[in-house]
Amino acid sequence: MKITAGSRWKSAVCATEIVIVKAPKEDARLECGGVAMLAVSAERAGAGAPSPERRDGTLLGKRYGDQTAGLEVLCIKAGEGSLSLDGRPLALREARPLPSSD
Amino acid sequence: MHTGLLLEMAAEGLGGRIAVGPLESGITFANMLVRAREAAVSLAASPARTLAYIGLNSPAFSIALFASAFANRPFAPLNYRLPDAELRRLLARTAPCLVIVDDDMLVRAAGVDGVTVVARSRWLAAPAALAVGPEPVAADPEDIAVLLFTSGTTAEPKAAVLRHRHLTGYVISTLEFMAAAEDEAALVSVPPYHIAAVSAVLTSAYLGRRVVHLENFAPEDWVRLARRERVTHAMLVPTMLGRVLDVLETSGEQLPFLRHLSYGGGPMPTAAIERAMRFLPAVDFVNGYGLTETSSTIAVLTPEDHRAAQASEDPAIRRRLGSVGRPLPAIELEIRDAEGRSVPAGEPGEVWVRGEQVSGEYLNQNAIRADGWFSTRDYGWLDEGGFLFLGGRLDDVIVRGGENLSPGEIEEVLRAHPDVRDVAVIGLPDDEWGERVAAVVVSRGDRRPEELRRWVRERLRSTKTPEDIIYRDTLPYNETGKLLRRALKLEVAQTAPPARAG
Repeated sequence: MKITAGSRWKSAVCATEIVIVKAPKEDARLECGGVAMLAVSAERAGAGAPSPERRDGTLLGKRYGDQTAGLEVLCIKAGEGSLSLDGRPLALREARPLPSSD
Repeated sequence: MHTGLLLEMAAEGLGGRIAVGPLESGITFANMLVRAREAAVSLAASPARTLAYIGLNSPAFSIALFASAFANRPFAPLNYRLPDAELRRLLARTAPCLVIVDDDMLVRAAGVDGVTVVARSRWLAAPAALAVGPEPVAADPEDIAVLLFTSGTTAEPKAAVLRHRHLTGYVISTLEFMAAAEDEAALVSVPPYHIAAVSAVLTSAYLGRRVVHLENFAPEDWVRLARRERVTHAMLVPTMLGRVLDVLETSGEQLPFLRHLSYGGGPMPTAAIERAMRFLPAVDFVNGYGLTETSSTIAVLTPEDHRAAQASEDPAIRRRLGSVGRPLPAIELEIRDAEGRSVPAGEPGEVWVRGEQVSGEYLNQNAIRADGWFSTRDYGWLDEGGFLFLGGRLDDVIVRGGENLSPGEIEEVLRAHPDVRDVAVIGLPDDEWGERVAAVVVSRGDRRPEELRRWVRERLRSTKTPEDIIYRDTLPYNETGKLLRRALKLEVAQTAPPARAG
C-alpha cells in the first residue's frame, strides 16, 4: 500500500488510529493487530479481532517506528492491537522532550 | 497531519482538563474541540478563503486557530496596533475573509471589500450561528495553516507562510504528548500576531497544559495574573522580563508557583539574565531562539546550560549565558560565509538552518533553497561546544574598512558598564572607513564617552571601539521589544555631527 506522510490510518480490528509522521521509503504493508490497516475514511468490515501475537496495544500520543523502512507513526487513538510493517513489529520511539520555549 | 489533530488528541487523552482560561471557568479540551468543529462548519460554508483575527489575546484566538485547520482556511492574526489604513490594507490582502474582531475595534475593520466582520463576543458565544453546511474537509499537511505578516519597516509587510506540516513537525519532534502535570499553566502575554502566541496554543494542547491569556502586556497585570492563576510556565521577550523583575523588586511580591520561564524574540543582555536568575533562583530559565519562518524555536539554552554557565569559572563556558544554546535535535544549523561556504567554530557568518519545521516561505515568494536550507539573515557564530551566539541581523553588521563587526558583541560589552542603562551600536557612513562604529547610549547618569571607549578598547579590539558615543534619553522599540535599529540609524545619521569624537 502507498503510505504518505500526514496520511491517517485506522485499525481494521481495534480502535487504534495513527498518522504517518515519516513515510517509508518504499510501499509496504502497514498492519495493526496483524491485519492490514484501513484508510481513516474506510468502513471497518466487521467484528475481527487482533491476532494473539499482535495485541500488546497502542498508546495515545506515542510514536512508533521501523528503522529499516524509515517509517515513523504517531498514535492518535489507542487500541488493543499492536502495529507492524510487513510483519515486523514497530518499536516504541524513545521520547527526547525539550524544555518549553514558547 | 494538520494542527487540529493536536486538539483532537488532547480531547481524546485529557478531555476534562482546562485548555484555556481560569481553573473554575475555563474551557476544557473536549469543549474546545466541539467549539472549533462548530466554528469550522460555518467557516467552510461561508465564502471566506481566510480566517483573520484582529484583537487581544483571548480563548477565541485558540479556538479560531483550530477551527481554521478543520475548515482548511489559513489563519491570519493581524497586528491590531497598526494604524487603521495599514490594518485595512492587510485585511484587504486576506479577502475574501471572515475576520473576528474585538468588540471595541469593530469600526476599524468595517467596510473593506470581501471582508465579513464578526464581533469576538458573538463569535465566541455562537460560532455555528453564522452559516450552516456539511462537515468540512480538514487541511492536508501541505495546506497553509497560518499567515503572519512581518513588521515591514521598510516595505509592504510580507506574509510568512507556515504550513500544517511545519507546525505539527515542530510540535511532534520537540515534545512528548500529555507530558504536562495536571497543575501546569502557561501564561501567554505575547500578542496574537506573534509566532510564539501561535506555537504556545499548539504546544500547550499537545502537552495538556492550560493556557492563561494576558490580554495586553503590562508588568503589574502579568504578576497579578501569574499569582492568581497559579502560573507555572511563561514566555517573555527580554524587555518584558526586565519590567516584570522591576515590579517584583518594587512590590516585594513573589511568584510562588512559577517554575519555568523562557525568553526569546530579541537579544537578552547577560547582566539581565543574571539578575533574573538571582531574583528567581527556583525557576528554570530557557532561552529559545527562532524566527517566524522557522515555526518558532530552533535552538535552546536549557536550564542545565544556564546553571552550568553561571557556576563555571571557565570564561568560555560562562559566556554561554549570553548564547542562545544549541540547535534542536531535528534542526541542522550551519554558519556560512558570504559565498555560502560553511565556516568552522569561532568564525562568524550567517546562520543557515534546515529541518521539517523550517518554512522559509512567503506568499508569492519562496526564500528556501531547493536543498531545504534557509538563510536566516541573522549573524552569529558557534563555539567549540556547538553553542550559538548571535550578533544581530546581517543587514545591521557594520563593515568598517572591510572588517565585519557585530553590533551585538559591542553592545554586550557596553551594557556591562555601570553607566549604561541601554545601548544600540550602529554603523554610520564614513568617508575613510566606509562605516564607523557609533554607540547610542542611554546613560544611568554620568556621561563619560572616553570612559566607555576605554572600557570597550580594553575588552575588544580597538577597531571595535565606538568612534562616536551619542547620548539619548530612550531608544526606540516596537511593542514586542524589538529595537527599531533602522529608524534609529536614520535619525542618528541625520542629526549626528560628522566630526569624530576622541
